[in-house]
Amino acid sequence: MTAPVAPAPAPDRVIAGRPALLADRSTHYCPGCGHGVVHRLLAELLGELGLAERTIAVAPVGCSVFAYDYIDVDWVEAPHGRAPAVATGVRRVRPEAFVLMYQGDGDLAAIGTAEIIHAAARGERITAVFVNNGIYGMTGGQMAPTTLLGQKTTSSPTGRDERTTGAPIPITEMLAILPGVAYAARGTLADAPSVGRLRAMLKRAMEVQLKDGGFAIVEVLANCPVGWGMTAQESIDHLKVVAETYPTGVIVDRLKAAPKPVPVEA
Amino acid sequence: MAIDVQSATGLAEAAMPSEATALPERVLMKGNEAIAEAAIQAGCDAYFGYPITPQAEILEWMARRMPEVGRVFVQAESELAAINMALGAAATGARVLVSSSSPGISLMAEGMSYMAGSEVPVVLVDIMRGGPGLGSIGPSQSDYFQIVKGHGHGDYRTPVLAPASIAEAIELVADAFELAERYRTPVVILADGTLGQAMEPVVPAYRLPPRQDFDWAANGAAGRRPRVVRSLHLKPEDLEAHNEHLQAKYRAIEAAEVRWTGELLDDAELVIVAYGTAARVARTAIRRAREGGLRAGLFRPISLWPFPTAPLAAVANRVRGILTVELSSGQMVEDVRLAVEGRTPVAFHGRTGGMVPSPDEVLASLRRLWAVTDPVDGERRRPRRSARWVPPQHPQHPPRLVEEESDVREPALQEVWR
Repeated sequence: MTAPVAPAPAPDRVIAGRPALLADRSTHYCPGCGHGVVHRLLAELLGELGLAERTIAVAPVGCSVFAYDYIDVDWVEAPHGRAPAVATGVRRVRPEAFVLMYQGDGDLAAIGTAEIIHAAARGERITAVFVNNGIYGMTGGQMAPTTLLGQKTTSSPTGRDERTTGAPIPITEMLAILPGVAYAARGTLADAPSVGRLRAMLKRAMEVQLKDGGFAIVEVLANCPVGWGMTAQESIDHLKVVAETYPTGVIVDRLKAAPKPVPVEA
Repeated sequence: MAIDVQSATGLAEAAMPSEATALPERVLMKGNEAIAEAAIQAGCDAYFGYPITPQAEILEWMARRMPEVGRVFVQAESELAAINMALGAAATGARVLVSSSSPGISLMAEGMSYMAGSEVPVVLVDIMRGGPGLGSIGPSQSDYFQIVKGHGHGDYRTPVLAPASIAEAIELVADAFELAERYRTPVVILADGTLGQAMEPVVPAYRLPPRQDFDWAANGAAGRRPRVVRSLHLKPEDLEAHNEHLQAKYRAIEAAEVRWTGELLDDAELVIVAYGTAARVARTAIRRAREGGLRAGLFRPISLWPFPTAPLAAVANRVRGILTVELSSGQMVEDVRLAVEGRTPVAFHGRTGGMVPSPDEVLASLRRLWAVTDPVDGERRRPRRSARWVPPQHPQHPPRLVEEESDVREPALQEVWR
C-alpha cells in the first residue's frame, strides 16, 4: 500500500509551457516520433509572429494528416500529394492569409512531385514544412523515394537497392534551383541545438512569405522509431547517419542574397 | 436548320430574371465562351484549368477575362492539380469554376471524391469527347456513367445539369453555383463537344446568385474557433454518421432539384428520351415523324442526377414505346429503364466515337419501334413480348431489328412507312 501523496506545489516561475496554439490533447503519434517536436515549433512560431487568426494550413495524407487536430488554426485537408495544389488555391483567393503547408516525404517526394515542383516554380507564397523520415510511416513502414540506400523497410526487405529503386531524392536541393523558391533549408531533429537551428529556419521561411518573397520550404530530417525498428533514442542517434545523405543547412535564401540596388547616376 | 433559341432551351417559360449585366441584344456566342462568361457574371472568384480539346476556349476566355475583372485565373500543371486548387480555393469560401473534357475528368475524379466528402462547393464543366482512352476530340456522351454514377471512390452523388443549347448552358451555370453552395456539393455541367464548339445566337440570361456567409469555410480563425475542412473520419462510427448526413442531403436534392422538360408529349404515341445534343437531333426527328403522321414527343432530362424518374414513369404509362437516343453505346438508357420499370418497351439508338446520329437515322428507329409495339389501350399496357429490340451494332446504322413474329408486323410497317 502506498500512502497518498500531496500534489506537487505550484511552480513559482514557469520557464516552459505548452504553446497556446498547440492543442491540449494527446496525439496519435508513436512514442518518440519527431512530428510532435515540429508541431510544437510551428505552434510557437505562429503565435510569436501573430499569425494565428490569418493562418490557413493545409494537411497532407500520411501520419501528419491529423496535424489539424493538434495546431489550433484553420485547416484544409488535401488528397495524397496534392497539398501544394490545394495550398495554391487557398493562396490565390485569400491574399491576406498566411498559408502553411505540412507534408511528409511519401506525400511530397513521391506521389506529389508534380504538385510541389510546380507550386515552387510558380513562386507561390506558401511556407512548406517537409518532414522527411525516409519511410511511409502510416501504412506500416514501406520504402519511400527518400529511403536511404541499404535501408530495410517492409517493401525493401533486403535493403534499398540502387540498381532497382534508384538513389534517395534530394528534392529540397532540386527545388532550390527554381527561381520561384525564395528560401530552402534542411534542418534536423538530431539534438537540441539542431532543433534550435530548425526553429530559426522555420521562422525565416514564415518571414519570407510575410515579405512576399516567394516559395519557402524547410525540410526536417525526422525519426520514425517504429518504422525504422529502433528505440526512440536509437532513431534520434540515427539521424546523424541520415544527415550524411541529406546535408543540413540553408540551401538558398534569395531574399538575403538579393544585391543592393546600384544608384544610377544622372 | 433554323434555330429557335427560345424553344431550343425549353426553359423560356421558366426563365429567371437577370440581375447581372445582361447584354440586352441577341449575340452570337460559342458554347465554351458563353459558359465561361456566364460563370464570370455569376460571381466566379477563381478558375483553375488545364488545356484540353474541346473545352480549351473556356480556359482561354478565363485567362483573358478573369484578370480583367480582378479575379483569379491559374493554368495548372495537370487536371489533378487544377481540381485540387479548386478544392483549396473553395474550402475558404470562394466561388470556383473548373472545366475539362473526358480524359481530364478522369484525373479529376480523385478531387471530386474529396470535395464530395469534405462538402466543398465547386462547379465543374465537362465538355465530353469520344473515348475510351485518348479517344477522339469529337462530341460524345460516353461519360454519362462516369459523371452521373460517381467519378471517384466512395458513396456519394453529384448533381449533374445537362444543357441542350448555349442559352440554356448560360442559365445552368448560375443555377449550378447556387445548387453547389446551397447543398455544399460539387455540381457538374455535362455537355458534349458540340455544345462547347458550336455558336448560337443567344440573349444571355446572366444571373448573379446571392452570396452566402459560410459557417464552415476555412478562411482564418479570427474571433472564432478554428475550422477544418476534411473528408477523413477514421472512426467507423463517425464515418457512418457522416455518410448518413451526406445521404440525407442527397435525398433532399432528389426531392427538390429534379429538372426536365417535355415537348409534344400530350398526344405522343412514342417518346424520345435524350439530353444535350442528342435531344436537338431528336427534336428534328420528332418534327419529321409528325409530318409523316407518327405522333412522337420529346422527354429531355436536364438534371441527370437527380434523374427525373417519376415524371418519366408517368409518361411511360401512356405511350406505346420509348426510344432513348444518346451519343454513346447506351448509358442513360439504363436510368430510363429503371424509371420505366417495364411499363412500356424501351429501345435505344446511339452513335459513338464522335459520330452524331442524323435525324433520319433516329426517325428510322422511331418507325421501327412503332412497328414492334402495340397501340396504347387507355392506362393499361401489355408489353409485347414477341418483339425483341437489338441495339445497333457497328457498323450497321440504323439499328436492325430481330423480328420474331413477322405476321402482325407487316401491316404496321406499311402504315408507318407511307
